[in-house]
Amino acid sequence: MRKLARPMVLTFAILLTAMLLSIGVGSIFIPVKTIFAALWDALRNLPPATAEAEKLRIILFTLRLPRTLLMAFTGAALAGSGAAYQGLFRNPLADPYLIGAASGAGLGAVVSLSSKWPSSVLGFLAVPLTAFIGAVITVSIVYSLARVGKTLPVTNLILAGVAVSSFATALTSFLMINASGELRRSLVWLLGGSNLAGWKPLIGQLPYVLTGLTALIAMSYRLNALQLGEEQAQQLGVNVPRSRTIIILAATLATAAAVAFTGIIGFVGLVVPHIMRRLWGGDARRLMPLSIIGGAAFLLLADIFARTLMAPQELPVGIITALAGAPFFLLILRQSRREVW
Amino acid sequence: MLLRVDLISAGYAGKIILRDILFELPAGRILALIGPNGSGKTTLIRALSGVLPEVNAEVHINGTDLARSNQQERARLLAVVPQSTYIPPTFTVEEVVMMGRTPYINWLGSTTEKDAEITEKVMALTDIMHFKSRMSGELSAGERQRVILARALAQDTPVLLMDEPTSHLDLRYQIEFLELSVTLAKEQHKTVLIALHDLNLAARFGDEVLAMKDGTTAALGKIEDVLKPATIERIYGLAVDVFKSPDSRRTVFVPK
Repeated sequence: MRKLARPMVLTFAILLTAMLLSIGVGSIFIPVKTIFAALWDALRNLPPATAEAEKLRIILFTLRLPRTLLMAFTGAALAGSGAAYQGLFRNPLADPYLIGAASGAGLGAVVSLSSKWPSSVLGFLAVPLTAFIGAVITVSIVYSLARVGKTLPVTNLILAGVAVSSFATALTSFLMINASGELRRSLVWLLGGSNLAGWKPLIGQLPYVLTGLTALIAMSYRLNALQLGEEQAQQLGVNVPRSRTIIILAATLATAAAVAFTGIIGFVGLVVPHIMRRLWGGDARRLMPLSIIGGAAFLLLADIFARTLMAPQELPVGIITALAGAPFFLLILRQSRREVW
Repeated sequence: MLLRVDLISAGYAGKIILRDILFELPAGRILALIGPNGSGKTTLIRALSGVLPEVNAEVHINGTDLARSNQQERARLLAVVPQSTYIPPTFTVEEVVMMGRTPYINWLGSTTEKDAEITEKVMALTDIMHFKSRMSGELSAGERQRVILARALAQDTPVLLMDEPTSHLDLRYQIEFLELSVTLAKEQHKTVLIALHDLNLAARFGDEVLAMKDGTTAALGKIEDVLKPATIERIYGLAVDVFKSPDSRRTVFVPK
């Protein structure tokens, strides 16, 4: 494996900068020094020194910090599962959206959000679960539709993914239109605007994202072998059906948890793994952690733009990721014309 | 006897392709697998490596019955150099060779110092050390074939199966590659099975030869016993002349 330290330090530095920016930037700007001071005070359980400091602390702990962490974990989950799907299906287009995971998760989440219970912590833990169920159902439908015998032709996979995704999205829209009062809220949600404040969404999402991403990192070595094709992976001693199932479930779990609270945010799962692969190569043992960190940073930066571009009005972050992601992606595609697949 | 194959039938659901193939091969020997296109050479290699859905065979390596082994145990006994030389282009040579250690990783998917050592060793053996940091997408066919061989060697198996490993190579690389195979057999006591199209190469590098036709054994034995004009004509449907090279060390087959 080529050196892991340099790209890791670099991506991590970008993530850290993005986190500080995300915490600092908003209706009130909080300088880095003040952030650290407030965090340090809170950590030592000191009461805020002034009324100004108390206001800052409230903004920090009820708005900025949870939002920043939620966005970071969402970006990490989307990019990590994107890297997994792309590697598994040996296709640069395979991302959480294309194979139906995201739209299925969206459907599952809307079903549960339109009921009453996502107001308690337990309810918040349940939303990703229904999203996961929705995602697993769509992905398995896509998988079984695309399958020919024991093989999984990529063209079939993409066709089935597009068809099933459209169906799930249509169902979601139908549900949202029927839930009349909630329509606007849901629509903003669907465009990827995290309008859920506070710590609850983060707590609801965290266990699933961590489980999914840990499993994906542990599977990276097998994911490498799978890129040689099913037969060669088998000859290298990989239990192909089992590894494939674990990777799909882990990636789908992470996607579902991400979608459950932040809605459909496109392009992160597609662009970030691509950039990382072009910069640092395809070895999943390096690509997976780099995509996870990079995805977090990318979504945080997009979220900062979403909050500030038309302030005080907040844009859905999905618009920004697409607006920024697409041209950047094309630029990268043009600049390095190397074959990557 | 290191490798013992007693194959009754093999193929896909409802479609038998191979029948009645029985051979034994001691350690350090090379078996050349020859036969016309579609005679089942590749299918035999796939059957032995456990990727064919329907296999009714007893395959023993060092007394271990492969039918009782799972995929991982099998990959520690038997490595394959496939016909396809596809390598994902954004992997470095070293990373590709490291993939050969897959049968030894733990459930966390991590490698040890020993894996790195073996990777280094096989890269030196196949003479690819000097470009180990290159991207595999930038390799020539000859380099790529050596990388794939190194990956198979990293599996550290007693048996090596190669499916027409020289078909993408020019004359010099063909000879170099097969001489390396001989070295592996003689010095590392590997049991090697090589499917070859070129009868001249089969005669030169094989200790024994298994000739296949229509998915079954057409002839089996020592090179000089099997590679006779009459046998070749029976297998390939083509009459050949047999010549000796000027130093009388090599046999050359020329179609009439």
